[in-house]
Amino acid sequence: MALGLKQESYHTYRQGNIVWLKVFIERLSLLVIAFFVYASAPAQDYGDAYVSGSIADARTLIPILASDSASSEICSMIFNGLVKYDKDVSLVGDLAQSWEIQNEGLTIIFHLRKNVSWHDGRPFTARDVEFTYMKLIDPGIKTPYSGDFERVQSFTVIDDYTIKVTYKEPFAPGLSSWGMPIMPRHILENQDFSNTPFSRHPVGTGPYCIKSWKSQEKIELVSYREYFEKRPYIDRYISRVIPDEATTFLELQTQGIDSSSLTPLQYLRQTDTPFFRKHYRKFNLPNFSYIYLGYNLSNPKFSDKRVRQALNYAVNKKEVIDMVLLGLGRPLTGPFIPGSWAYNPLVIEDSFDQKKARELLKDAGWVDNNADGWLEKEGKIFEFTIITNQGNLERIKVAEIIQRQLESVGVKVKIKVVEWSVFLTEFINKKNFESVLLGWSLSRDPDNFDIFHSSKTREGEFNFVGYRNPQVDDLLVEARRVFDQEKRKVYYHKIHQLIYDDQPYMFLYAPDNLTILQARFKGIKPAPLGIGYNFIDWWVEKKEQRYNRISSQ
Amino acid sequence: MAGYIGRRLLGLVPLLLGITLLSFFMIHLAPGKPTVLQDSMNPKISLDVRNRLEKLYGLDKSLPAQYFLWMQRLLKLDFGRSLGDDRLVMEKIMERMPVTLSINILSMVVLFLIAIPLGIQCAVKEGTFFDHAWTILLFLLFAAPTFWLALLLMQFFGITLGWLPISALKSLDYEYFTWWQKIGDLARHLFLPILVSAFGSLAGVSRYMRSNMIETLQQPYMYTARAKGLPEQTVIYKHALRNAILPIVTIIGLSIPGLLGGSVIFESIFALPGIGRLFYEAVMMRDYPLIMAEVVIGAVLTMTGNLIADIAYAYVDPRIRYKK
Repeated sequence: MALGLKQESYHTYRQGNIVWLKVFIERLSLLVIAFFVYASAPAQDYGDAYVSGSIADARTLIPILASDSASSEICSMIFNGLVKYDKDVSLVGDLAQSWEIQNEGLTIIFHLRKNVSWHDGRPFTARDVEFTYMKLIDPGIKTPYSGDFERVQSFTVIDDYTIKVTYKEPFAPGLSSWGMPIMPRHILENQDFSNTPFSRHPVGTGPYCIKSWKSQEKIELVSYREYFEKRPYIDRYISRVIPDEATTFLELQTQGIDSSSLTPLQYLRQTDTPFFRKHYRKFNLPNFSYIYLGYNLSNPKFSDKRVRQALNYAVNKKEVIDMVLLGLGRPLTGPFIPGSWAYNPLVIEDSFDQKKARELLKDAGWVDNNADGWLEKEGKIFEFTIITNQGNLERIKVAEIIQRQLESVGVKVKIKVVEWSVFLTEFINKKNFESVLLGWSLSRDPDNFDIFHSSKTREGEFNFVGYRNPQVDDLLVEARRVFDQEKRKVYYHKIHQLIYDDQPYMFLYAPDNLTILQARFKGIKPAPLGIGYNFIDWWVEKKEQRYNRISSQ
Repeated sequence: MAGYIGRRLLGLVPLLLGITLLSFFMIHLAPGKPTVLQDSMNPKISLDVRNRLEKLYGLDKSLPAQYFLWMQRLLKLDFGRSLGDDRLVMEKIMERMPVTLSINILSMVVLFLIAIPLGIQCAVKEGTFFDHAWTILLFLLFAAPTFWLALLLMQFFGITLGWLPISALKSLDYEYFTWWQKIGDLARHLFLPILVSAFGSLAGVSRYMRSNMIETLQQPYMYTARAKGLPEQTVIYKHALRNAILPIVTIIGLSIPGLLGGSVIFESIFALPGIGRLFYEAVMMRDYPLIMAEVVIGAVLTMTGNLIADIAYAYVDPRIRYKK
């Protein structure tokens, strides 16, 4: 028995030993794997510069005055808002660590980060947020962004790191409006905003600080080593102004710039060479914009819903996308970005069907009585003009394709191209058009009250097609009061369905965002928001760095 | 003489006033409004906000009132602030002036350095293969659109050969260079722009030179010079050139106001921060203060140019001086 016992204990000992050994080997192998992973992926190197080409120069780096994309782009590197969108396009804290929504959405309390400093070393506090807010609602400041902030009833600084914002009524898009870059009070307090050196030498909290700005040449930023998230790997961010697209493309070939957007032709054909495959990476990302044909609904030709539906049947969107974008775009059925949470995937595009289009037009009274190929009603040919803005070849091509496709159902289309400023003031704002081919760039928040609510039809407002649907009106108002995305979604899905049925617009497509980037950059993770969202994680291996002169801070 | 100059100077005042008045109302007649604030139809920028902005920029006042305010500022030599970025108009113009001015002067120097000898050679060898070949080549250059020529040269020198940078004025690391590296860098960047802008006028100037030279070579005093037994080089470069070059000097004089003018296409292609793009963008954005500054500067320059020419003529020709 004793032997047995011994054997048993030996056995258990052996077993224990084996278990231990197994664990040891597992751990060891994990270590080894970890070591190899570590060795094969060297530590991320600091240094190098990222050079982008911009069509236009920035205008001002005072973020609340900047309304053009070049200025906003630079501002986004220098400043932070309280909130921002993460890679999956949902709101997360930026300068705010967290927030609470109270009083059924009337009140938002922001808890701010405590470890944030301005580029000059001064700490960031709630007073800076208060200052920025006061400037946003100051009637003497030329900011285009005051709209969302005028809904705030009271703004209270509770302590240095807590802010309480109370709205007149619950306003869900208000939360994202706090993505507005925050400006430093200690620098700007006694400055005249229309005449301050800050507009060209701003101080922010963001990952990059301004180094120099040579008008119409380049803007150079250097990394802010004490950035509260972490020091960015790329030392310099340079935005060069290259106004000509052909030159931009030549600069890609000499690698004078690292990144640029591409046209579909460049994306598919011109960059399909060994040189580009070796030195660049291409990205096809979703774009937050769409193209549509809007009808002037007060025009009797378009007041009948059946006519608008017929026109939608008569135009083959796939052909439009194939011909204009070489297929690099997505058809859409409603006023939201395909794939975003607000977009209702159950609204299916009625297939291209010109026979059905003719039937619907016949129901509406448009028939070809004299067999001349054009439809008539009360002796008048169905004929209308599409206007669009000059300088956008893509839109002119779309208009021409629509013209040809509608011709085959007997509708005569004329095209008129007008210079942008005249286009807005004389045609759009005065509702002096029959139909308009335009695009909307959308904010990440789906609220489109300003575009479709019936109260927004005054001269210069954005519901210039004159769309009125009481049901949609109510839903737009309701959707603004709900903060919870899952609940809010329901409203937008209904709005989507109703607007699709009404066809105030013929929704055409959302073009893809085509981008090319020099291949030496690592750490890029394409996501629904694009690629730029994690720019501070981008890095270049030491031996591949191209701009190695030390930037002095 | 002093009286003549005084009268001419006085006459300029109403002229300038008339020019500003006409152009002020004309640019406001063009449909459209300053679009800086709405360049991409951002639904976040509401109507009330835009109306408020117009007020802040003083665009809600009547046109005569706006003109009056503008004139008041102009008398203090204040061109106002740009509607685009609120910066002083004068500051914006002065920032661009050096680039445009130096490129124009350099390209003019290059132009005359090439065009004059070329014209002379073509005249001396009139009717030969050399002359005909250059005639064809120059007309081809003259006919080729600048932007197309520029792109071809950029492709060839920048990409195929890889010798020259394609665009911009300086390298990105310019500030870290030593001074001789800086000069080399500038030269490499300016080579193509200067060449291309000189090409445009090459045909014109060298043809002028050629025909003047041909005409001069047929003058009787040329026979005298040759008869004296002077060497051919002296005959051409000393006796003929001095007479033939006079009209070219006039051309140089006439192109001085043009030195401050930029070209939009040219500056866009080479990504140069010149004056042409500044004013083009001002017009597209209806940036009224900037457009008016351009008009005034252009008018003053042209008037000064004419004045100098007139005074010069008066100096050489007493008949002009005393004419009432």
